[in-house]
Amino acid sequence: MRVIVIGAGEVGRSIAANLADSNEVVVVERDPNIVEELTYSLDVLSIAGDGTSLEILEDAGVEDADIVIASTDNDETNLVACGTAKTVSDAFTIARVKKTNLLDTWRRAKGAFGVDFMVGSDLLTAHAIVRIAGLPGAHDADVFAGGAVRMAEFEVAEESPIAGDTVQEADRFDSLTFAAIFRDGEVTIPRGDTRIRAADRLVVIGSPESVQEFATELYPADARSGTDEVVIVGGSDIGFQTAKLFEDHGLKPRLVEQDHDRARELAEQLPKTTVMESDATDAEFLSREHVDEADLLIAALENDQKNLLVSLLAEQLGVDRSVSIVESPEYVQLFEAVGVDVAINPREETAEEITRFTREGEAENVAMLESDLAEVVEFEVHGDSLLVGQSIQEAMADLPECVVVGAITRDGAHITPRGDTRVEAGDHVVVFLATEVLDDVLEKI
Amino acid sequence: MRLRVRWRASVSLSGTVLKYLSVAFLVPIVVSLLYEQQDLLVFVATMAGTVLVGALLERVGSPDDLGDREAFLMVGLTWLLVAVVGAVPYVLAGTGTIAHPVNALFESMSGFTTTGSTVMRDISVETHSREIMMWRQLTQWLGGMGIVVLAVAILSELSVGGAQLMEAEAPGPGVEKLTPRIAETARALWLAYVGFSVAQVLLLYLLGATELAPNMTAYGAIAHTFTTMPTGGFSPQARSIEAFSWAVQWVIIPFMVVAGTNFVLFWHLLNGDWREAVADSEFRFYAGVLASLSAIVSVLLFVDGGLVDAENVGRIAGAVEPSVRHAAFNVVSIVTTTGYASMNFNVWSPPAQYALVFAMFLGGSAGSTGGAIKMIRWLVILKSIRRELFTTVHPEAVRPVRLGGNPLDETAVRGIYTFTLLYFVLFLVGAMLLALDAARVDGFEIEVIGLITACAATLGNIGPGLGTVGPMGNFIAFPWSSKLLMAGLMWIGRLEIFPVLVLLTRAYWRS
Repeated sequence: MRVIVIGAGEVGRSIAANLADSNEVVVVERDPNIVEELTYSLDVLSIAGDGTSLEILEDAGVEDADIVIASTDNDETNLVACGTAKTVSDAFTIARVKKTNLLDTWRRAKGAFGVDFMVGSDLLTAHAIVRIAGLPGAHDADVFAGGAVRMAEFEVAEESPIAGDTVQEADRFDSLTFAAIFRDGEVTIPRGDTRIRAADRLVVIGSPESVQEFATELYPADARSGTDEVVIVGGSDIGFQTAKLFEDHGLKPRLVEQDHDRARELAEQLPKTTVMESDATDAEFLSREHVDEADLLIAALENDQKNLLVSLLAEQLGVDRSVSIVESPEYVQLFEAVGVDVAINPREETAEEITRFTREGEAENVAMLESDLAEVVEFEVHGDSLLVGQSIQEAMADLPECVVVGAITRDGAHITPRGDTRVEAGDHVVVFLATEVLDDVLEKI
Repeated sequence: MRLRVRWRASVSLSGTVLKYLSVAFLVPIVVSLLYEQQDLLVFVATMAGTVLVGALLERVGSPDDLGDREAFLMVGLTWLLVAVVGAVPYVLAGTGTIAHPVNALFESMSGFTTTGSTVMRDISVETHSREIMMWRQLTQWLGGMGIVVLAVAILSELSVGGAQLMEAEAPGPGVEKLTPRIAETARALWLAYVGFSVAQVLLLYLLGATELAPNMTAYGAIAHTFTTMPTGGFSPQARSIEAFSWAVQWVIIPFMVVAGTNFVLFWHLLNGDWREAVADSEFRFYAGVLASLSAIVSVLLFVDGGLVDAENVGRIAGAVEPSVRHAAFNVVSIVTTTGYASMNFNVWSPPAQYALVFAMFLGGSAGSTGGAIKMIRWLVILKSIRRELFTTVHPEAVRPVRLGGNPLDETAVRGIYTFTLLYFVLFLVGAMLLALDAARVDGFEIEVIGLITACAATLGNIGPGLGTVGPMGNFIAFPWSSKLLMAGLMWIGRLEIFPVLVLLTRAYWRS
């Protein structure tokens, strides 16, 4: 496939890197320095120029392109770039936008602005936050197969009831698969006798109920107190969207915003949220408003340093869980290392969503784990797949080691995969795999 | 000093309105022709005079220069001119107390501003001709939806400045443009107004045709409709609605409620948006206030030990239907600022009377024909008080005041507070001036409650007060100076204070 990526920021670069192995990727970027640097660091063709110019797009070969991805940091530029590409090409256009109102417009009339698929990064991030918020102890969470399958990543705490157990002992849930363990930055596929240690990160895939039950077992205290009291710090668009989603779930979150006019604007748009105009790093304010009793604090300020400070302050005060937005991907690990419970990178969420559309084969949904060390992929099984006609145990023998079939859905119903389960054509399977074996595996199944 | 207001434009436009308003004199002329033609010449002469004056004023300038400032002047001036013109027939007819020019002006202002306070001693068609009595009713009907709104609906030349004009005149904060063209909005409002009027005339007339209300004639049906829909309160009967049967009283209650409702809601209803009408937060508040206040007064009347036997009214204490009916009728009448009475509530016990004093400051809905402070303002004030209480505990909380889910601009909230405070200041100062004036004149004595309610009733365009100015009394005993002051209060109250007071500031007249 020929893919044109417009804009080589964090998102564009990560998409280009993801696709470069198995596709012909052309990157259009305005900054000549980045263009030069990209030529050496990635196996892509990079062109210096304005992605909204037809001439530049023609140089990039837009007429023969299959996909055009506009991923600059500017919403309007992305829309214009897609519209421009559409004038001479039938390529599938994907635009990344931050503003949710543009997304709303596009949803009214798919294809508006010449965009075939629009990714609203702020809204995606807000959804990710709310998903994680619903699962105590979860670091990452995603849904597959239209909600029939759930994936979650948990950290095993020192005092956790399953710390020290073998996987066989811990696996007391009918429709749950222990897909993987991340330990010291390595992926381990658990066997029955693998021992679960504290500080391990456990990836489970299963029905939504079983994942929820597992979370309750793992973090009984958090599950009991629930997630009713939510404090969002920072009235950025992500903060706003998150508050709105919590409102939709029937919660009454509190939102702290420092700017007077923005606070007013937010208060007008969020009838069920209590908006506070204050500096969130003001300890006196935090104690007066009893922020220490909150179940969840979400730091959604405009810069990473402030988010880190607020999250740490909250942890120190005694907030049950803290979730922080991290704009720079390289800080994600750092945030979690110093005590922030969950760090979410909006660009990663965006790249995940865009990748879902560009994957060769039938990948219908993708979740990236641990900064793309591994992925969970959903796809529909075709007749020529390796999985069809033999049991999962037999099929696994022909596949690399780091692959686990996490869940199967047949006609919308969840099936727990065991060694002797047979997959049929038309089933949806949710597979955990290490990123390094991704292309190889997807080709076979 | 150079004037920055193009007053000639305002005067010219007022002239135009006056000219067209002269058409209204056709109604008493027709009535006159149907009856004894006592005052036929009076109305023909006034009509001719009005056309002449209107045409002359029209030539003073060109109405094209109408801006925001000119709109205020035009509205204020028009209402003054109309009141003066409306007083002329009373003077020319020369019958009864209203022949005196000050009394005539008071009566005319009370009519057009839909107040309903009267200085007519003998309210009957024996003393006054039928056409004079009908003219008195008609002034209220014309003033109800607003003379300027009527003008905007009719005159195509006002289509641009029309919005400012309606803003300056229409009761309540803000004019909602229902249709893209302001003239159509004005027409829609008047259409609803006329529609309800026709319905009420028919209902009352039907009642009159049956055993239920033998004394309700066609004349009475029209005359009372003319003062129900505009929340006016004049009646050609000296005993107001007490003169009619229970059936008539029950029929008039819902029409008073309708008159105190925002007419924009009927527009939505007409377009099939009944949900929007029912969900309107002001309407719910209005209905709630009417219902609870009526319920309280019903109980008070039902158990009341102190109720002196009222003449012409049967036993009330201990009787369910009469106590509910009289409570509902008089509460609705005062809250909507209509000013009818189904009985002399001066004989009520103190708590029940006080409930009516309380009701005098409530008022109808925004965009209705009612006066006083109005429901929407009270609703916003209550909500902002709740907000203040919340922010006392959470000083950093930012919480907009919401009406039906929509956040209200802080300047609008401030405007509402200013209005309400100003209203009370005017009320207190007005009552003080009335008291001083009463002390000045020998031989005029009035109790404090009479003074206070006289001021509240005229400023709020309600009509009757308590005591001397009670529903069966009148304002005739006041000195002429007090009558002029009260006429001024009616004028200020009808135009919702700001458009009139702004004319008194230096900043308005200069740059």
